[in-house]
Amino acid sequence: MKILVLMLTMITAFMCGNETNKSSDSSTSQVKQVKQEKAVKGESHDDHVGYKIGSKVEDFHLKSVDGSIVSMADFDEAKGIIVIFSCNHCPFVVMYEDRMNDLHDKFNDMGYPIVAINPNDAVKYPSDSYEGMIERAEEKGFEFQYIHDDTQNVAKRFGAKKTPHVYLLSKKGKEFTVEYIGAIDDNAQNADDVKVKYLEDAIFALDAGKEIETKETKAIGCSIKFR
Amino acid sequence: MNANSKFISTFFIFFTFFLLNTSALAQKVQTWQWNDLEKITKANNDTLYVINFWATWCKPCVEELPYFEEVTERYANEKVKVILVSLDFSKQLETKLIPFVAENNLSSKVVYFNEPNYNSWIDKVSDDWSGSIPATLFVRNGYYEFCEQDFDFEELKDKIDKQLKKDK
Repeated sequence: MKILVLMLTMITAFMCGNETNKSSDSSTSQVKQVKQEKAVKGESHDDHVGYKIGSKVEDFHLKSVDGSIVSMADFDEAKGIIVIFSCNHCPFVVMYEDRMNDLHDKFNDMGYPIVAINPNDAVKYPSDSYEGMIERAEEKGFEFQYIHDDTQNVAKRFGAKKTPHVYLLSKKGKEFTVEYIGAIDDNAQNADDVKVKYLEDAIFALDAGKEIETKETKAIGCSIKFR
Repeated sequence: MNANSKFISTFFIFFTFFLLNTSALAQKVQTWQWNDLEKITKANNDTLYVINFWATWCKPCVEELPYFEEVTERYANEKVKVILVSLDFSKQLETKLIPFVAENNLSSKVVYFNEPNYNSWIDKVSDDWSGSIPATLFVRNGYYEFCEQDFDFEELKDKIDKQLKKDK
């Protein structure tokens, strides 16, 4: 099995994504084949594959802007956690900061607090340093935990690739499970023009014990540069 | 007219000429929507399209722009076309993107992509795209490769030459 995984990894390593031949009739089967290869790769616990919908989430211990060490186990009263990979420098994050405050305000009491995690390299982005985080949290009056993934290991484990990148987790007993991955809503540039609030809809469905309709969405964001 | 005022008037003539010249040279940035981009992603001809997704606010994107400019320059006589698809915000089109294109005198084609509902089109470019930028798409005659990463010139050259070699 290991050899098979290695071979498939080598095959896919030559390509950025799916190098597909769209014009040929065999394109569908080619795409399928690449996807199957990826599925096999996923079993090898590749760092960048990350959590999928339904994945169990391993706990973390990261330093917050208030100086304390935050772990998921601290949230024993919660029904879930809204994990948002975030940072200070990214204009996309900046456009969402007020909305993040509002979301925490609205859902913390319901049992779904926000935990924002900054995985960025302060060498690449000096404003994303721990000190920068303290400053930003004060400026914007963050009521939620804003924690520092200085080794970037938590972001790798999640498979987070950009900021902002949302993972809604449910909690059953002591176990956290990924229920929704993606964007906060469908309009980053203008909160007034939002038509679909993906994250809110997912939380309401989860809380009501219903199936989440849209489990994954995509949005443009600032890439997380891994060291 | 003394020497001093002659110098000043000559300077002004040249300065005015310089200003007119740069604004005339700067390309006009077209606004595109998904339909426009889709045509390129489905193009079935000999031209290799190198489509780079970027924004003026994205530091690693701006850092790699010179390499895409170099592609435009070095492959001017080949069937290679770079398209820089800007994901700048609509309110920054006039204040940031257009001045940036003029100041840096970009020679590659720049388009402003006006599709703020990202979830509606990101998967159509590639299922593998999380949405982070920079990201680059290579399209030609049935060849379709998407890369969610930054590039240097050598890496771009390798990919392009590999495709062009197929003709020989």
